[in-house]
Amino acid sequence: MTAADWTTVRLTAELAAWTTVVLLLLGTPLAWWLARTRSGIKPLVTSLVAMPLVLPPSVLGFYLLLLMGPQGPVGQLTQSFGLGRLPFTFAGLVVGSVLYSLPFVVQPLQQAFEAIPERALEAAATLRAGPWDRFFSVALPLARPGFLTATVLGFAHTVGEFGVVLMIGGNIPGATRVLSVAVYEHVEATEFDSAHRLAAGMVGFAFVVLLALYALNRRPRPAGGVTT
Amino acid sequence: MRPRLPLALALCIALLVSAQPVRADTVLVAVAANFVGPFRQIAEAFTVATGHVVQASPGPTGKFYAQIATGGAPFEVLLAADSATPRRLLAEGHAVPGTAFTYAVGQLVLWSATPGVVDDQGAVLADPGRIQRLAIANPKVAPYGAAALEVLKSRGVADRWASRLVTGDSVAQAHQFVFTGNAELGFVALSQVAVPGRPAAGSWWAVPQSLYGEIRQDAVLLRAGAQRPAARALLQFLQSPSARQVIARHGYALPAP
Repeated sequence: MTAADWTTVRLTAELAAWTTVVLLLLGTPLAWWLARTRSGIKPLVTSLVAMPLVLPPSVLGFYLLLLMGPQGPVGQLTQSFGLGRLPFTFAGLVVGSVLYSLPFVVQPLQQAFEAIPERALEAAATLRAGPWDRFFSVALPLARPGFLTATVLGFAHTVGEFGVVLMIGGNIPGATRVLSVAVYEHVEATEFDSAHRLAAGMVGFAFVVLLALYALNRRPRPAGGVTT
Repeated sequence: MRPRLPLALALCIALLVSAQPVRADTVLVAVAANFVGPFRQIAEAFTVATGHVVQASPGPTGKFYAQIATGGAPFEVLLAADSATPRRLLAEGHAVPGTAFTYAVGQLVLWSATPGVVDDQGAVLADPGRIQRLAIANPKVAPYGAAALEVLKSRGVADRWASRLVTGDSVAQAHQFVFTGNAELGFVALSQVAVPGRPAAGSWWAVPQSLYGEIRQDAVLLRAGAQRPAARALLQFLQSPSARQVIARHGYALPAP
């Protein structure tokens, strides 16, 4: 592995970590709402969340490029705040990745929240636990496997992202050149040895991460207190 | 005395054969991303003239090399964005010897989607000023990108722009970055901005040939097309006066016939 390779690996990990953190912060309330609501717009929101699953990354990338560009609404907004423009920046990739990986975080969380029996929350309510207390001391611990799945899938899916990054990234070392783009460039330049080095590493990473996830989630849920 | 009947029969067959193609065939062509526009017109004319159908896959030449050399891609003809790739395919036995020729010579332009940004001397390169992004094709894999770097170096301004460069996967993507305004400037192919009937908005500078090595775009018959008359016919058609006219109109220089 060369120094440039390590830069790429580090950048990819940072992108995936930032994306996962943002997604957990945004996705948790969204998933909670989706799991509990009886609102008529639930199907609408559910569909919007699932869109990145079915849309090709090139579609997402194309629209992001236009939206975040100088004429696009998002681009004009960021410029008016003095933030400059998002394409070709790390922050821009985080925005793109959050959209792209959204369903991979929201859906497991939503399923976990839906699986919490209503009685558990009612019992907590009769013990005079407020809504926040109920959420943090009952819902969160019970939804732990869902959080594990959401975190791992959000991170891993962002590592595996390619099309969106290719469209809005500009392949800048240390800022937007992530692993998938580096592999693509090595293959195009017929540097197959370098491509193998990175590609084999990613295959190994994907397998280990998924194996760990499924092995951990297979364990029966602890009956009582939270284990770490 | 010669028998008359066989002669008449042979004549009839010959007439039938020459009047319509033996069999309408499909040619699979891998075509450099920058040449898609003119090639579409040429392919249409080819279909009208011969009845053969062309299936064109546009893409970066480096990717085509990888697909042809390692993946056994079914392409019968390659219209590359360079001359190195066809040469390499020939050397490695993936292409048919004696079939390579230069079909077009690429012209590099410095382009901005905003009028007045680029002057006709390229003086804008001397001082980046408020320009944040200069888009080029990836110099590692795309000849237009390598040529762009050469221009920056021959002007002695490569360092000034190094931190402002964004690279597209191909010259098509570099064009896309400038077109959407995400990069204020970009080195693209003249063929992308001088589209007949649809000239690009903005301002551009046709970079003099003296500032970069000639971008010779070569075509070659691939192994998969060795036994395919339609593929050979297409390569021949590409060198015809009508095809050359289309190529020149799209902003390419032509090699001597």
